[in-house]
Amino acid sequence: MRTGNASDYREVKQMNREAQRHFEILVIGGGPAGMAAAARAAEAGARVGIVDDNFGFGGQIWRSESNGARSDNGKKTESSQWVERVRASGAIALCGLRVVHQPEPGVLLAENLDSFYEFTYEKLVLATGAREIFLPFPGWTLPNVMGAGGLQAMVKCGLPVRGKRVVVAGAGPLLLAVAVYLRKHGAEIPVICEQASWGSLAKFGLALFSWPKKILQGFQLKRDLVGIPIAANSWPLAAHGQQAIESVTISRAGKNENIPCDYLACGFHLIPNIELPQLLGCAVNSGFVQVDDFQTTTVPSIFCAGEPTSVGGVELALIEGQIAGLAAAGRRIEAKSLFGKRRKARGFARLLDRTFRLRPELRSLSLSDTMVCRCEDVSYSRLRQHSSWRAAKLHTRCGMGPCQGRVCGPATQFLFDWNPDSVRPPVFPTRVETLAAITGPSQLQHSEVTGGQS
Amino acid sequence: MNNSAYDVVIVGAGIVGAACTDELAHRGLRVVVVDGDIIGSGATAAGMGHIVVMDDSDAQFALTRYSQQLWQELRPELPDDVEYEQCGTIWVAADEGEMLEVRRKRDYYAKRGVPTEALDPQALYRLEPNLRRGLAGGLLVPEDGVLYPPCAARFLMERAQKRGAKLHLGVPVAQIGRGQVRLRDGTEIAAEIIVNAAGAFAAELTPGLEIKKRKGHLVITDRYPGFVRHQLVELGYLKSAHSVSGDSVAFNVQPRRTGQILIGSSRQYGAEHKEVENSMLVRMLQRAQEYMPGLAQLSTVRTWTGFRAATPDKLPLIGPWVGSTTGSTTGNTTGEAAGGATGDQSIFLATGHEGLGITTSLGTARILADQITRTKPQIPIEPYLPTRTAKEYAHA
Amino acid sequence: MRSEITVTVNGKPVVVPSGTTVAVAMMLAGQACRTSVSGEPRGPLCGMGICFECRVAIDGISHCRGCQVLCELGMQVTTEK
Repeated sequence: MRTGNASDYREVKQMNREAQRHFEILVIGGGPAGMAAAARAAEAGARVGIVDDNFGFGGQIWRSESNGARSDNGKKTESSQWVERVRASGAIALCGLRVVHQPEPGVLLAENLDSFYEFTYEKLVLATGAREIFLPFPGWTLPNVMGAGGLQAMVKCGLPVRGKRVVVAGAGPLLLAVAVYLRKHGAEIPVICEQASWGSLAKFGLALFSWPKKILQGFQLKRDLVGIPIAANSWPLAAHGQQAIESVTISRAGKNENIPCDYLACGFHLIPNIELPQLLGCAVNSGFVQVDDFQTTTVPSIFCAGEPTSVGGVELALIEGQIAGLAAAGRRIEAKSLFGKRRKARGFARLLDRTFRLRPELRSLSLSDTMVCRCEDVSYSRLRQHSSWRAAKLHTRCGMGPCQGRVCGPATQFLFDWNPDSVRPPVFPTRVETLAAITGPSQLQHSEVTGGQS
Repeated sequence: MNNSAYDVVIVGAGIVGAACTDELAHRGLRVVVVDGDIIGSGATAAGMGHIVVMDDSDAQFALTRYSQQLWQELRPELPDDVEYEQCGTIWVAADEGEMLEVRRKRDYYAKRGVPTEALDPQALYRLEPNLRRGLAGGLLVPEDGVLYPPCAARFLMERAQKRGAKLHLGVPVAQIGRGQVRLRDGTEIAAEIIVNAAGAFAAELTPGLEIKKRKGHLVITDRYPGFVRHQLVELGYLKSAHSVSGDSVAFNVQPRRTGQILIGSSRQYGAEHKEVENSMLVRMLQRAQEYMPGLAQLSTVRTWTGFRAATPDKLPLIGPWVGSTTGSTTGNTTGEAAGGATGDQSIFLATGHEGLGITTSLGTARILADQITRTKPQIPIEPYLPTRTAKEYAHA
Repeated sequence: MRSEITVTVNGKPVVVPSGTTVAVAMMLAGQACRTSVSGEPRGPLCGMGICFECRVAIDGISHCRGCQVLCELGMQVTTEK
């Protein structure tokens, strides 16, 4: 397993330089869905490449500790099993690379910190995952107020939290997983504030019985959570502090409570990363990529698996990834054999969606001077004057910063019911030289230097 | 004679429409603006926002200079979000041939009271250290500036509203003519005068108008304060803007007050769709990197396109419309001959500004209002009259 | 045993375990990664490279996402204006 330390990173850059550029199947995203797709496709004999912008695989949910430490007592976790499987399958790993543009169908442009590459493919599997939803409230821009997954990522990349007080708040099962993880690393968790109601959470708990694996996870979670108070119907009202957060005021059982803390890990469930699918012309429905039974999008050569099709957790992502990989490799019968499992797992996605829908009170947290667009520092009151995302963007610059609307877009969608814009290249900030280097159709070469295996 | 609630309907809420609305309201006329979209949604949203004098022709100079001075007068009233910066323009000369052009422009402007300064290479690099080495010099025009057009349009509209103008936005216009504007939802608005300020879409509303869409691409970077201090344009820009056919790119970068850098420019005829085209993007960025190699490492945040409204003789159309292409060739310069074969005297034009819409918006508004209120204009207006087209298109 | 490396944050040396990202190094040094348009101090938010709040200047290059870059010996990191 790639440990992600500095020498490994140099090795990654070197491998990227030597790697092939042409693939039969190119997988974008190295989380559970991407790994599942790549492994299955490569095992079926296709020449597969798998691209991810992190140092190693795992995506967000299975992000490895970047110093190589194992937080699982050395047991073979499901995550490490899949990493091994990808390696053994012969799929080519292309880490530390971010896809920014599609110059023409069949070609993708990717960039890393110091170089850029054009890849060609016959089939594409998009497994771009999801990101946390951030909602504004007074003080949310203070340093040490982070996403729940965000703080977890920091800890995995070297941030010590032993002895630190961390309030975890927002929505979704990620909060519980993060709280457990932080506690294992020595943090003190005064409370987990879940905005959903007790009724929703109870239904969620009961419904877990439909999924045996989840019951086990549920029991493990319960054991791990012993001693951490969970408050339902609870959400942050304001973060306080000078140079960084010092305390947070939460609403709990209708009363306000001020809790001193060192960090606030706050995320309001997940929203899928559909920017690349949209750029490539895949149809989107209510914010999710439309796929058929074989995980094919409305573009025949492009498949999509995992969170971008519906936020459904790791198990669904693994199944969808396998179906996509098999289908891309032409193994439709094998893909079909997974349909039953997927049907069950999709039920969990629907449960997640129902349980953790964001409540309307969260729309009224901002004061008029609360920043909503963090890149351009546009306040709530300035945004409220406009009737659409486009008008707000044009007149206040909200969404025109480097986050390209990834933070403020979902927030304003929730706050004001605005619809997002169409997607234009580049889908991530990209260097001028990378865009300027796009080769035309007549000049494209398939360079086939045989590169190393992952 | 006219029982309607308005004297003038302005079609188009871009910078030109906004300037016209403001000026006409200022003169006491009852004005309403219609647009199918929000304020400043067309070329106003897409353009670079420069305020620049150009000397392609005496007529172009007269209008850009007049208008630039109006912007300078307006400047103290502009709110912060309009981001008016008098950063100046430097016309960059790549070789001695282009330095001749620098001197010609300097003399031309000197005769007309526009301050400029010819720059030798040392002076050029002192002002703009990130330009590539080996250039021959340039011409600094210190009174040129840049602003953020959507907020400028909004400022003008809000001021117009305070003066009594009304806005009717969100419903596309279906038809205009004979003192009536009909919207797609059936709403009809009557007024003695209808001003077509619809920019790239003007010809859709007034058949026979010779306005072609000229697509342009733009890229904006993240914040790099101080990387570029002035608007920079290569002298070849003129060749690009000159051509009446074909695709071209030219080096043109501009600093925003935020420290972001706008990279342009490109021109295409015949491209109808808004999509960013890689071939143009690549050519434009490569041209930009040729002049400023340091651009290569800068992070770009967005790319987009827009459509300029281009006329055959590169001057805007400001004044009463002559009617169909078979219309009047009597060459009258006042409103009486307007209407030509169709007899429709209600339509005025304020469109066809190509890449100078922001610059000349204020001057356009004055000239238009002068004609409507029969006031003597402050500059000769014959070159911009739509009546010129009947006899001058043959020569274009 | 994990190794340690020294990087410089806003002129002061900071010792971090190998495998630490630049964003975390800024947090350990108690320094904001960047100053926002209106002057607020900002630190990492999303941890996955999409929010751009963790932008720092590394060895003179601006707009580097600190959460995506591993510390290397001798790196000079400064808060971005």
